[in-house]
Amino acid sequence: MKSGSKLERILTAGHFAVTGECGPPRGANVEVMRQKAAHLKGVVDAVNVTDNQTAVVRLSSLAGCLILMQEGLEPNLQMVVRDRNRIALQSDILGAYALGIRNMLCLSGDHQRFGDHPSSKNVFDLDSLQLIQTVYRMREEGKFINGQDIDTPPKMFIGAAANPFADPFEFRAVRLAKKVAAGVDFIQTQCIYNLDRFEKFMEQVRDMGLDEKIFILGGVTPMKSVGMANYMKNQVPGMDVPDAIINRMKGVAKKDQAKEGIAIAVETIQRLKEMKGIAGVHIMAIEWEERVPEIVEMAGLLPRPEI
Amino acid sequence: MVVAEQKPLKEILEMLQPYDKILVAGCKGCVTVCNAGGKKEVEILAAELRIARKKEGREADIKEITLERQCDPEYIVQLEEIIRDRDAVLSIACSVGPQYIAGRFLDKMVFPGLNTTFIGGSLEHGVFAEFCQACGACKIHNFGGLCPIARCSKSLFNGPCGGSSKGKCEISKDVDCVWQLIYERMTRLGQLDRLTQVIPCKDWITSRDGGPRKTIREDLRL
Repeated sequence: MKSGSKLERILTAGHFAVTGECGPPRGANVEVMRQKAAHLKGVVDAVNVTDNQTAVVRLSSLAGCLILMQEGLEPNLQMVVRDRNRIALQSDILGAYALGIRNMLCLSGDHQRFGDHPSSKNVFDLDSLQLIQTVYRMREEGKFINGQDIDTPPKMFIGAAANPFADPFEFRAVRLAKKVAAGVDFIQTQCIYNLDRFEKFMEQVRDMGLDEKIFILGGVTPMKSVGMANYMKNQVPGMDVPDAIINRMKGVAKKDQAKEGIAIAVETIQRLKEMKGIAGVHIMAIEWEERVPEIVEMAGLLPRPEI
Repeated sequence: MVVAEQKPLKEILEMLQPYDKILVAGCKGCVTVCNAGGKKEVEILAAELRIARKKEGREADIKEITLERQCDPEYIVQLEEIIRDRDAVLSIACSVGPQYIAGRFLDKMVFPGLNTTFIGGSLEHGVFAEFCQACGACKIHNFGGLCPIARCSKSLFNGPCGGSSKGKCEISKDVDCVWQLIYERMTRLGQLDRLTQVIPCKDWITSRDGGPRKTIREDLRL
């Protein structure tokens, strides 16, 4: 075992993993986190805690992870390189490990112009690949970026993201290969709505043998309404929502759209379960955690294995 | 001006190693002023390359050109003739130059012969220093006409920090504490009271942090 996290144990044992996501509140309201945690408990194997996602100030990911742990959930610490330099990043990795966090997701982070503090400076001292390399080196060699030894190195299960729907399409698998070379253990993909394109991506991934080296979890976000579907299609960069999905959402009465969105998510998970090289799903129910249990249930993924 | 300095010859030779027919391209703009990439430097560097190639027993097919500027499409096109039979171009403009060449001549390898260091000026003959970080929203009048963003190591707006000692910065005795200079200027100007106000958070959106920048001058467009 690299980290011994529950997520790592479940994946290594060959179970189809289910991870969830929990966005911390825009304030210090701990109750919000606890309520979200209650919905996800026993339903997912680990929960990503986002790091100031969309560059909006929120309760810190590290603190959010601790709150989830208090509620008996295993957290996956998301860490973006937008806001901290290598000193702060490495320091937070040490702190997270010391407090019992064993999973990490290494990300670039959305540019702050998208967020609620567009006038801020950005850091980007490292990029996401270099962050993976850093966490890997801390774990495997017990060294900081500067080559100095770490007293009790942090042993993290190292995750990263992949977006098969961004351009240039042909380079996406190559970039994933770079993350593998940098030392990543698992990948959570961008939300999948265009399964045909995702299949093509996975073909490339399998041809390169990447699925045998790491665990790939397909990203799924249930849509609440046709409005959300349109927003995802038109406003979110690097998101591919085919017209067929939009039309399907449009085709049902407004009050039934949420149900339809959940049905689409469940069907997506079922296809991912059959797809060679896919080791699990990552369900990102944005401010909709209460619907995750039924999605996981309908997808035939309950009960979760206890390892 | 943009200040640059030539890369070590060893690094340049390593970059150019696979290529036989080289064009060394200089620029009559900023890099001429800071003695890094003008006509004279093109001649010297080309000569050094020829000597190095001969030492290796290789043919020394090095051509030279110095453009009026390398940051302007109308001058870049002037390379069309001379670049045709070249394997590689070594541009000794600031890094804008090689990027313009790469953008214009899609099949040619382009290498930077300089390290572009900063926006600054000369202090004395052969000594250049940084004065501006191109934040895109100049406020130096609040600081006695001196820029704390470019010249304070921590870019403090409400300095000096606790590391200022005898007019020098904590990072090095060779670096002036700009906040010492600001303090002296404001004292002389009788405006010290302005330094007692807390300067609030800056909007960095006009700086590089806001993404790559572009200026559009409608009055100049054709």
